[in-house]
Amino acid sequence: MAPAQEVSPDTRSDNDLLLSIAVTQCREAFSTLFQRLGPRVKAYMMKVGASPDVAEEITQETFVSVWRKARQFDQRKSSAVTWIFTIARNRRIDRLRKERRPALDPYDPLLVPNKIPTPLEELEQSSIVKNVTASIEKLPVDQRDVVHLSFIEGLSHQEISDRLKTPLGTIKSRLRLSFEKLRLSLGDSQ
Amino acid sequence: MTILHHPGDDLVLGYAAGSLAESWSIAIAAHLTYCPICRLKVEAAENVGGSLLGGLDAEAMAPSALDLLLTQIKGVEQNEPEKPRASIKESSPSKQLSILPSALQSYIGNDVDALPWQRLKNDVFQYLIETNDYEAKARILRIKAGRPVPSHGHRGRELTLVLSGSFEDELSKFSTGDLQDVAEETVHKPVAASGDGCICLAVKDAPLQFKELIPRILQPVLNI
Repeated sequence: MAPAQEVSPDTRSDNDLLLSIAVTQCREAFSTLFQRLGPRVKAYMMKVGASPDVAEEITQETFVSVWRKARQFDQRKSSAVTWIFTIARNRRIDRLRKERRPALDPYDPLLVPNKIPTPLEELEQSSIVKNVTASIEKLPVDQRDVVHLSFIEGLSHQEISDRLKTPLGTIKSRLRLSFEKLRLSLGDSQ
Repeated sequence: MTILHHPGDDLVLGYAAGSLAESWSIAIAAHLTYCPICRLKVEAAENVGGSLLGGLDAEAMAPSALDLLLTQIKGVEQNEPEKPRASIKESSPSKQLSILPSALQSYIGNDVDALPWQRLKNDVFQYLIETNDYEAKARILRIKAGRPVPSHGHRGRELTLVLSGSFEDELSKFSTGDLQDVAEETVHKPVAASGDGCICLAVKDAPLQFKELIPRILQPVLNI
């Protein structure tokens, strides 16, 4: 397997960087990926109230996990930024909320596999994130706000309801509506 | 196996966002094992997280951050991608494959028979799952065939995931992998179907209001 070593890492996509970390343990690719996304992961940690020092520390831990788990990254199932989001999210739950993150084990003997290729599997993962981003930008402000509060500020739906002084049912229906639009943009109509 | 009953989208989104409390998350993670449809939804929703993360304004890292990180990964082995685990059946032929999804095994082990069951009523047993979550409580229920779960109304939400066997309420039947998502202010009377009875995971966010006298007396004692 010959990775494109001549190519300057700076021009490579996040996905390609992650793949070369997995295949060749390329520290240069890892440095580039960290410089691109590290400051965003740090911002993500600070959004739930972590001090800059603690946010920095959890960001370090997140990227040590990225390094360690790079071979588990499956570009057919996920884009690099989404995959790193899931790692950062789990670190945040663990460190800042001090709860455990119950996770699906993809190799659980009880796992019921997909029977048919799903719309998501047929789409290019990098185009999925683009579609999602475009779909979020098109959401009405009130829907976009609850999505942001839930994903970035880490607020429960009840906490969002308290923060916005809006009934819980309204918050949930805004989330549902935004999710429906999002899934339509991914060609998933189930 | 066809899953007919799913969690509400608000739970799926909360799970993907990481803002859903631990007890509810156990039920969602366990349901995902059986349900390709909800797995797909979680994957779709995680892309929202990816998209929003990528769009956040950068917070400058300390000047030494990269050097520190590169020092930390020195000598850190990369994990191989996980391989399908040998089933429990293969490793100990006398044992049946556990009925518990991994998400639950990490909390209570793989053998439901070995749990220190607490008797709620003659034919209903429970085991409380220990979490760090103060908002909701998760427990495993074991109900003998044909026996009702004590009739109750809800002050909050309750999720019931069937792990083995099935149960029925006034409206539908729930089999392995099905997740009943009951909203507030509902009164229902689930009954374990015939056969081996039913083992399920129940998560709720407010104490159940039992209508029958005995369970109400036991409620504070049993912490249900």
